[in-house]
Amino acid sequence: MSSLWEYANPRKFMTTSAALLPWVSGIAALCLGVGLVWGFFFTPDDFRMGSTVKIFYVHVPSAIMAVNAWVMMLVCSLIWVIRRHHVSALAAKAAAPVGMVFTAIALFTGAIWGQPMWGTWWEWDPRLTAFLILFLFYLGYMALWEAIENPDSAADLTSVLCLVGSVFAVISRYALVFWNQGLHQGATLSLDAEQNIADEFWYPALFSLAGFGFLFLALVLYRTQTEIRARRLKALIAQERMA
Amino acid sequence: MKGLFKRDLALAIRAGGGFGLGLAFFLIVTILVPFGVGPNTATLSIIAPGVLWIGALLACLLSLDRVFQVDWEDGSLDLLATSPLPLENVAAAKALAHWVTTGLPLVVAAPILGLLLNLPMPGYLWLMLSLALGTPALSAIGTFGAALTVGVKRGGLLLSLLVLPLYVPTLIFGALVVTRGAAGLDATTPLALLAGITLATLAGLPFAAAAALRVNLR
Repeated sequence: MSSLWEYANPRKFMTTSAALLPWVSGIAALCLGVGLVWGFFFTPDDFRMGSTVKIFYVHVPSAIMAVNAWVMMLVCSLIWVIRRHHVSALAAKAAAPVGMVFTAIALFTGAIWGQPMWGTWWEWDPRLTAFLILFLFYLGYMALWEAIENPDSAADLTSVLCLVGSVFAVISRYALVFWNQGLHQGATLSLDAEQNIADEFWYPALFSLAGFGFLFLALVLYRTQTEIRARRLKALIAQERMA
Repeated sequence: MKGLFKRDLALAIRAGGGFGLGLAFFLIVTILVPFGVGPNTATLSIIAPGVLWIGALLACLLSLDRVFQVDWEDGSLDLLATSPLPLENVAAAKALAHWVTTGLPLVVAAPILGLLLNLPMPGYLWLMLSLALGTPALSAIGTFGAALTVGVKRGGLLLSLLVLPLYVPTLIFGALVVTRGAAGLDATTPLALLAGITLATLAGLPFAAAAALRVNLR
């Protein structure tokens, strides 16, 4: 009977992820290709927003994955703190830059869309601001990983930071809603476009969502492999020195 | 715990830079703002709540890297860790000492600086109240950040990067209390939320700080 914890063994993780990676990357490329090409070229323009709506095939999935990446780091940190599986800590470390880039993409595409539609590159809307803060959280998390030399201490401290940071991220999200409504009117636009979206936009969006999900998975697997190899290399170098 | 608190207090006062430096920094930040935005009193009174809160926050940040750093370098932190006092209490005492040496003077000095920024009259009470209730949270969060980075050499910049995003909710509610109070609106809701954040950080973060300290002392 195999269990999830088998993959805590680095060797098992390496062989399984090596077998999975081509498939995951392939599905990611396929879904992204289909979703983006379909979304960009084979969907009609919106009657009010014109072709600018098409940026949402990038914007929405990257924003969703930006949050999910942090949640994944939170789960990995918990597993590290509780069961001390090194692969888990390294996966959290590997996911952080990917999540940060997704956050940056979401902010960037949002700004590009906001300029013609809202008439501004940036608005201090709670949702936008929350993403900016999430970006800062990613920066701090990665900086702490870089700053501490002992890998186990670094894994411990970043895990603690991730746990505390998650609580504060949630508080910040709701504080921002309070802040904005308290000062002036609420958000002018809601980005929850999926709810009232027609099928012809929904199907390419689904492909694009799946594509971004698999892209994240592929990148994290790939980066975790790199981290494990780097760790092994370090151990080998240390062994050489001792001998 | 009381002894540790008294010791930290005495060290901060005698070594200088405890009361003085944070206050002076608060003063300078506040004075620099009119140079940046112009001396128009109407503009200043609008931005005064935010500026005062950000000034207080930065002044708190300034002295954070010594919360554990000195004790870490001369080895007293190891002694504290091996003493019967739980590390959680050490972290709480340190946060309290930091607040008394940094946060409390800011609360007292803030009305004078509010005068400089032309803060509207009804705002003063709310300013002092919000700072008194909110700065303990800044010290508690900051102590956690200091515990995380105590093993990092020249970790000041890293500490700011870690701690400032965590300050967001405190800052939002704190400045909101003063903004609403200065405008003559009811500010009790953000004040209650601010107090909630302070109580939650005081209750929870010493444990996180102690966990980080244990890792760093390993």
